[in-house]
Amino acid sequence: MTKQHANWSPYDNNGGTCVAIAGSDYCVIAADTRMSTGYSILSRDYSKIHKLADKAVLSSSGFQADVKALQKVLKSRHLIYQHQHNKQMSCPAMAQLLSNTLYFKRFFPYYAFNVLGGLDAEGKGCVFTYDAVGSYEKVGYSAQGSGSTLIMPFLDNQLKSPSPLLLPAQDSITPLSEAEAVDLVKTVFASATERDIYTGDKLEIMILKADGIKTELIDLRKD
Amino acid sequence: MSQSAVDVPPKGGFSFDLCKRNDMLIQKGLKAPSFLKTGTTIVGLIFKDGVILGADTRATEGPIVADKNCEKIHYMAPNIYCCGAGTAADTEAVTDMVSSQLRLHRYQTGRDSRVITALTLLKKHLFSYQGHVSAALVLGGVDITGPHLHTIYPHGSTDTLPFATMGSGSLAAMSVFEAKYKEGLTRDEGIKLVAEAICSGIFNDLGSGSNVDICVITKGNKEYLRNYMEPNPRTYVSSKGYSFSKKTEVLLTKITPLMERVEITEVGEAMEE
Repeated sequence: MTKQHANWSPYDNNGGTCVAIAGSDYCVIAADTRMSTGYSILSRDYSKIHKLADKAVLSSSGFQADVKALQKVLKSRHLIYQHQHNKQMSCPAMAQLLSNTLYFKRFFPYYAFNVLGGLDAEGKGCVFTYDAVGSYEKVGYSAQGSGSTLIMPFLDNQLKSPSPLLLPAQDSITPLSEAEAVDLVKTVFASATERDIYTGDKLEIMILKADGIKTELIDLRKD
Repeated sequence: MSQSAVDVPPKGGFSFDLCKRNDMLIQKGLKAPSFLKTGTTIVGLIFKDGVILGADTRATEGPIVADKNCEKIHYMAPNIYCCGAGTAADTEAVTDMVSSQLRLHRYQTGRDSRVITALTLLKKHLFSYQGHVSAALVLGGVDITGPHLHTIYPHGSTDTLPFATMGSGSLAAMSVFEAKYKEGLTRDEGIKLVAEAICSGIFNDLGSGSNVDICVITKGNKEYLRNYMEPNPRTYVSSKGYSFSKKTEVLLTKITPLMERVEITEVGEAMEE
């Protein structure tokens, strides 16, 4: 007797792509604003980027209901941290918290593909990339979501991450200027929109620097 | 070395030998390979002087756009065109095949092809394949008996309609038609309505996109308006451009001759029979 498979799934994929690039004194986090289900569009104006702390911004694609729930948990844990330590969480600390929160639900995961961007204690940009159950790595740049397979190879080609086997250990933070990084992000999303049906509508770019956060909204193809 | 694994039926066509194995593999969790489907919004409507067909131009392979500007309005006869949705290979093959059959029929009868002839040839073929040929078609044309518009479903059923839509974007397009269609539209009104319906599919359905193709067929005349509308230009082109550095490093160039130079000397007499 063959095993019966469920005829209902608790998950849905709302599509979308998220990208983050770390620079020497800035961090660029970008995501498209399309939320979809199946072949239909639910919203052309849904933000996938959320500020968790002054120096830590999370961008998640995947199942947005799980993403919302995940953000609620992180927000309340951050509030507790602020009460206990009398300061905001740093980006590396938030990175660890996110990993632990995801692994906590190892056997009924949050269907969320996360990229955490921000500034570390020295003011240098840092990007952390995650899988659905909390495995994470500090990198110089990352893409997650439906368009990630179209974007990552191009970023690898242009930003050339040094091999992790090199000694002494080299930083993968890009030497590009902020304007060049933003140009790269716009190009990369315009290209992903051409070939991925789940990416499009508008592009939201958040630039984190020591003095504050700047947001830009660019139009993408709407078909 | 194994012999050929599958026996081909003597008269051609599909062999269903591997169906049981495929079902077993899918039950065990294997993901079947995906086809190139056209996602698609295709429409047709009858106006005062004939028929107007419309289609989008996006072909998808799962979530990826495989072709940004493909042609979905296929030629059947000088006075008959057919839009195709579903598996791209199936729509191409079936319309090409029936187009050839119609041509031979024209030579035999000495008359222009009729739309119901194309309809019957298509539906017979699709029904005999029991829905496995995944082609959903909107067939339109003007023949001696007047303008005709039909829809044909993959299993072989057909409808005769004054306006029709098919494909994943059919609901978006049909909502436009149901709101704005009326009998006796002029050519310009008809083209505008068809373009609006296709645009509705392009912007609201993720399986459809890029440009609008239109084909207007009237008595004795046809106009194929390829890329009638291009409402989706690329949004951002970097002004500085990107370069891709050459990754291969030439370490050494050496040419090794494979054969020593050979001296030919005349010795003795030439060979004789």
